Amino acid sequence: MTDTSNLPPEVSPADEQAVEQAVQAAIAAFEAATNLDELKAARIAHTGDHAPLTLANRLIGKLDKSQKADAGKRMGQARGKMGKALADREAQLQAEHEARMLVEETVDVTTAVRRRRQGARHPLALLQERVSDIFVGMGWEIAEGPELESEWYNFDALNFEPDHPAREMQDTFFVEPTDRHLVLRTHTSPVQIRAMLERGVPTYILVPGKTFRTDELDATHTPVFHQFEGLAVDKGLTMADLRGTLEYFATSMFGAEARIRLRPNFFPFTEPSAELDVWHPDAKGGPQWIEWGGCGMVHPQVLRAAGIDPSVYSGFAFGMGVERTLMFRNGVADMHDMIEGDVRFSMQFGMEI
Amino acid sequence: MRIPLSWLREYTQLPADATAEDLLADLVKVGLEEEDVHGFELTGPIVVGKVLEKTPEQHSNGKTINWCRVQVVPDGQPQTLDGKGIDPSGVQGVVCGAHNFEVGDKVIVTMPGAVLPGNFKISARKTYGHTSAGMIASESELGLGDAHDGIVVLSKWGLDPEIGTDVLQLLHLDDEAAEINVTPDRGYVLSMRGVAREYAHATRTEFTDPACAIKAPPANDQGWPVRFEDTAPIHGKLGVSRFVARRVNNIDPKATTPSWMSARLRLAGIRPLSLPVDISNYVMLELGQPLHFYDADKLTGEIVVRRAHEGETLETLDGKTRKLHVEDLLITDESGAIGMAGVMGGLATEVSDFTTSVLIESANFDTISVSRTQRRHRLPSEASKRNTRGVDWYIADKAAQRAAELLVELAGGTIDAGVTDVGEPPVMPTVQLRADYPSQLVGYDYPEAQVNQVLGDLGADVSQQRDDTDGTTIFVVTPPSWRTDLNIPEDLVEEVARLVGYSHIPATLPVPPPGRGLTKAQRMRRRIADALAGAGLIETLSYPFVSEAQNRTFGSPTEETAQTQRMVKLANPISAEFGWLRTTILPGLLETARRNVSRGFRDLTVFETGKVFLPGDTIGSAAIPPLGVRPTDEVLAEIEAGIPAQPYRLAAIFTGHDSAPGPNHTPRAYDWQDPIGAAMDIADVTGVELSVRQGSHHGFHPGRVAELVVHDEVIGYAGELLPKLLEDWDLPERTAAMELDLDALIAAAPDVVEAQPVVSYPATYQDVALVVDHDVVAAEVQQTLQQAAGELLEDIGLFDVYAGTGIEEGKKSLAFNLRFRAADRTLTTDEASEARLAAIAAAEAQHGAVLR
Repeated sequence: MTDTSNLPPEVSPADEQAVEQAVQAAIAAFEAATNLDELKAARIAHTGDHAPLTLANRLIGKLDKSQKADAGKRMGQARGKMGKALADREAQLQAEHEARMLVEETVDVTTAVRRRRQGARHPLALLQERVSDIFVGMGWEIAEGPELESEWYNFDALNFEPDHPAREMQDTFFVEPTDRHLVLRTHTSPVQIRAMLERGVPTYILVPGKTFRTDELDATHTPVFHQFEGLAVDKGLTMADLRGTLEYFATSMFGAEARIRLRPNFFPFTEPSAELDVWHPDAKGGPQWIEWGGCGMVHPQVLRAAGIDPSVYSGFAFGMGVERTLMFRNGVADMHDMIEGDVRFSMQFGMEI
Repeated sequence: MRIPLSWLREYTQLPADATAEDLLADLVKVGLEEEDVHGFELTGPIVVGKVLEKTPEQHSNGKTINWCRVQVVPDGQPQTLDGKGIDPSGVQGVVCGAHNFEVGDKVIVTMPGAVLPGNFKISARKTYGHTSAGMIASESELGLGDAHDGIVVLSKWGLDPEIGTDVLQLLHLDDEAAEINVTPDRGYVLSMRGVAREYAHATRTEFTDPACAIKAPPANDQGWPVRFEDTAPIHGKLGVSRFVARRVNNIDPKATTPSWMSARLRLAGIRPLSLPVDISNYVMLELGQPLHFYDADKLTGEIVVRRAHEGETLETLDGKTRKLHVEDLLITDESGAIGMAGVMGGLATEVSDFTTSVLIESANFDTISVSRTQRRHRLPSEASKRNTRGVDWYIADKAAQRAAELLVELAGGTIDAGVTDVGEPPVMPTVQLRADYPSQLVGYDYPEAQVNQVLGDLGADVSQQRDDTDGTTIFVVTPPSWRTDLNIPEDLVEEVARLVGYSHIPATLPVPPPGRGLTKAQRMRRRIADALAGAGLIETLSYPFVSEAQNRTFGSPTEETAQTQRMVKLANPISAEFGWLRTTILPGLLETARRNVSRGFRDLTVFETGKVFLPGDTIGSAAIPPLGVRPTDEVLAEIEAGIPAQPYRLAAIFTGHDSAPGPNHTPRAYDWQDPIGAAMDIADVTGVELSVRQGSHHGFHPGRVAELVVHDEVIGYAGELLPKLLEDWDLPERTAAMELDLDALIAAAPDVVEAQPVVSYPATYQDVALVVDHDVVAAEVQQTLQQAAGELLEDIGLFDVYAGTGIEEGKKSLAFNLRFRAADRTLTTDEASEARLAAIAAAEAQHGAVLR
C-alpha cells in the first residue's frame, strides 16, 4: 500500500480551488525534481493511483448531475495542465541528463592510438605511374619489354655498330654464355623496336622500366635504375613536335614555369640528337639548367630495323632517368636512400608524389 | 678535351678578356658540353729573385736551414709592390730548407700575398728566429710536378730572366683551360684545330686552320721503307690507310721542354715527360693526329704494318709483355713487332734520354681495328681515343712535318731529306640533301641559302642539282675529310639545326590517334600495390642480383626441384657471390627486411613487385642480325625463343607487430596467417578465386606453409619462414612471408565481372560444430560443407577450432557459421536446417566428421 500520510487532503472534483491547489502542488513538485528519478517519484505522487487528483477524478461519478459536467471539464483541464508540466520537465531533465553523460564521457583525444599502420608505395614506382598518366592523358600508350634482352634489340637494332665506341660507353652486364648474346638492357630503348614491330605505325608509346649498367653504387650511381622512354612514329613528325611534347611533359611534371633547353648531342639511334636540360629555379646552389635526358629524331636505320620505311615515316624519341628526376624534383640527395629499401624513405611519400 | 685559352686564341678571335666560363658558354651552343675549368691555382706576386746571401744555420731540432737574402727588384729600381711583409728595399729575407742552390742563382720567390695550390697563402712569418717574408719555391709547391730535389734553380731550366720578372707570365702559368665533353662521333673536336672551327661556328667569327700554315714536302724514294701487308682486314677494310715517316737527326738529347709547351700540356691534362714525348703530344693536341716517335738507331730494316702472328708477343712502353691476338695490327721491323698500331709503342725502340735520331710515325689506322686492340689489351690512351674515333686522313703529313720542325726548333736537329708517305686517300661519301629536308625534319623554316651557307661553313664541297619532278634544289655534299660522321642526309640536317641553333626550334604538340589507356595488367598491378600499401605494407625495391644458393632456397619448392632449377648467370657481375639473376623476389626482400630490422625497425611489413628470370631450354641465340634491316619473322622468333621468361612476382614479409602499443591497445604479433591473408586480399582486388592448401616449401616452416592455388595451379607460397633461415638472415622468430606469380594471378582475373543480383530477402543463420581427426584440413571440410549445402548457402566461415577438454584425444572441433538465403522468397528455418543436415552428412561421409 502506498503511504498516504503525507498526501494533501482529499480533493473534491467540485472544489475548484482545491483542484487548482492540487494542480499547483503537482507542478511545483515536478519543478522541484532535480533528476529523472525524483521526477518519477513526483509523478507517482501526483498522478498515480493514489494521487489526490486521481482520487478526485474517481469521485466525479458520485457528484450531482448538475455538477458532473463542470467537474469533468475542470478535472480534464487540471490533468492536462499537470501532464504538460510533467512532460516539459521530463524533456528538460532528459536533456540535462544526456548532456551530463556526454560531459562525463570526455576523453583525451590526443591519446588515440593507430591500431593499424598505414603503408606506402615506393616513390620511384609512383613517379613512373605519374609520368605514365601524363602520357596516357595525351593519348599515348604504355609499352613494356623484357629486362633480360637480346643484344640485337639492345644495340644492333638501335644502330649501335659492333665496334662503335658508343657500345663501350654502355657498361653492359652480359650473361653467360656470352656468345648467346643476352644482356641486361642498358636502357629502355629496346622497347622502341619491340613496339614498332608489334604495333606498326603510327605508334605513340611511353616505356617506364628498369635498366642496368655496371656502375658501383654511390651517391649518384646505381647498377640498377629506371628510365622512361618515349617514342612517336608517324607521318610528318618533326623536332618541333619533339620539343612541344617535352615542354608539355616538363610543365606537367614541374609546373607551368618549367622551361627546357635542347643541346646538340650524339646517340647512335637518333639523328639529329639532342641533350635535354630542364631549368631548375630552386636548385641547391642557385637556379640552373639540369641535364634531364637525351632525345632526337629516330635514326632511319632504326626505323628500317623495325621494318618501317623512313622515306614515309619519321619519329622522335626521348629518355630520362627516373632516379635523376626524383633527385632534383623532390630533393633526394643520395641514391642510397632510393635503393636500400629503408621504410622511412617510402613512408615520406605515402601514396602520391 | 681541355682547351688552353692562349692556344685557342692563336687560331680564333677569342677575346683577350674571355674566361674559360665564357668559352664554355659559347661552345655549348654547338653541342660541346661544358665539363670543367682548370687553372694552375697560382696567384701572385711570384717573381724571379737572385740569391744575394745564403747563411746555413744549425738548429736544435737537428735541421740545417738557410737564411737567405734574395733580391727581387732589379738594381737601381724601386720596389713597386706594396703590402704586408714586402720589403721596400727590394730585398726579401727568406728562410729556406733546401740546399740545392748557391749565391747568385736565380730562383722563384713567392712573395707575401701570393697563393699556391691547395689555397696555401704566403705571408711573412716568424720561423727559426727570423721573419721569413716569402718562400723560395720548388716545383711541387708550384704544382708543376713532383720533383722533390729542392727548389727551382731557373738556370737549370735554361732560363736567365731579369730579376723581378713575373713568374706567372714567364712560365705561362697565367693561362687557364676549359674542359668540354666530346661525344664519340666527333673525333675531330679532340684537337685545337677542331675546337677552333667549332668556336668559329658558335660565335660566327673567323678562324685560321693551323694545318694550312704547314707545308709538308711530297714523298720521295729516300724515306724509311714502309710496306703494308694486311692479310686479314676487318670488315674488308685495311688496318692502315696511310703511313708517313719522317726522320730528324742530331737532336740534342738534353734539350728540355720550353715552359710555354709544358704549361699548355699541363692545362690540357697531359704530364710533360721529355721533349720528344712532349712534342708528339703537343702536335696531337694541336692537329688531332696521334704520333709515335721511334729511336731511329734502334730500328732494323723495313717497317711492315701487318696483323700479329699466332703466339707473337710485344713488350710495350709500359714494360708489360703482351700476348698478341692475330687480329691485332702491328708495326714491325726486321726484329719483329715494335708497336701495336695506334695503341701503344714497343719498349725496345722507345725514344730515350740518349736518343739523337728520331723516326716520326704519323699514320691513319682503321678505327675498328684500333678499337678492338685497345679494348682487348685494356689500353685506353689519348692516342687510341683519337684513333678509335677517326683522324683526318689528310693531316698525317702535316703533323709529321710540324713535329719535325718543332724538334729542329727546340732540340736543334736536322730534318732528313727522306720522306715516306704510303697509302691511298679514302673515298668520302657524297650525300644528297634536298634543300627542304632540314625544314621538313626539324619543323623550322631554313631558307635554301642558309642551308648552303652552313654546309660551306662545315668545310664540305657542295654542288647543286635539281629534282626533275618538282624543281627542288638538291645539294650534293662531300663532307670534309675530318668529318667521317657525316654520311646520311639526317647527319647534315643535324649540322644545319646545330649551327643555326637548336634554340630556334619551335614547339608544336603532335596529336596521336586515340589511345586505349592502361592495359588490364598495368591497371591490376597498380591496384594491387595500392591495396597492399593501404593495408599497411610498404613498397621497397631491391637489386635482382642474388647468390646461387639464394635462388635454390627460395626459387623452388623442394630440394629436388631446386637442384635442377635453371638460372641465369652474369658474365661480369659486380659481386661474384651475387652473380646470378633472381628466380625469386624473396632474397632481395629479406635483405631489405634485415637492413630495416638492423636499423631498429623491428615491426615491419614490406613488399616488392618485380620480374624474375626463368630460363628455359634455350638461352639466347647464336647470331646477331645486321644493322638497319628488319630480320625475318623466323629470325625474330629465334631471338624471342632465347629470351628467358620474366614474369612479375610479388613478395611480402611480415615481422614483429602490426602496430605500436598504446593506451587501451595491445599490438598483435604478425604470424603465418598474415601473408596468407595478404595473398587473399590481392586475389580479391583482382576478382580471382584463390584457395589455400596445406603446402610444402623448403624455405618455409614445414607445418606452416600454404600453397596459393588458382584454378588448381599453385601460383605461390605463404606462411612462416623456416626458423633456421631466419636465424641466418638475422630476422626475428616467426617472421612470415609470401611470394606469388603476379602475372598468373592477373591472367586468371576476369576481364568483365558478371554481376549477381543483390537479394533482399532475409537470411537464416545456423552454426555447425564438427569433430574430426586432428590432421583433417579445415579448408577441405569447409569446401565439402559448402558444396553439399547447395544453392541456399550464401556464405560459410570457420569461426573456431577447438581441441582439449570434452574432445577426444587426437580430434578437434571445427565450428562453422552458415548463412542461408533464397533468391526468391523468405527462407523457412526448416529449409535451412535441411540444407545444413545435408552438409553435415557429406562431412561425415567424406571426412569422418561427427556432429558435436
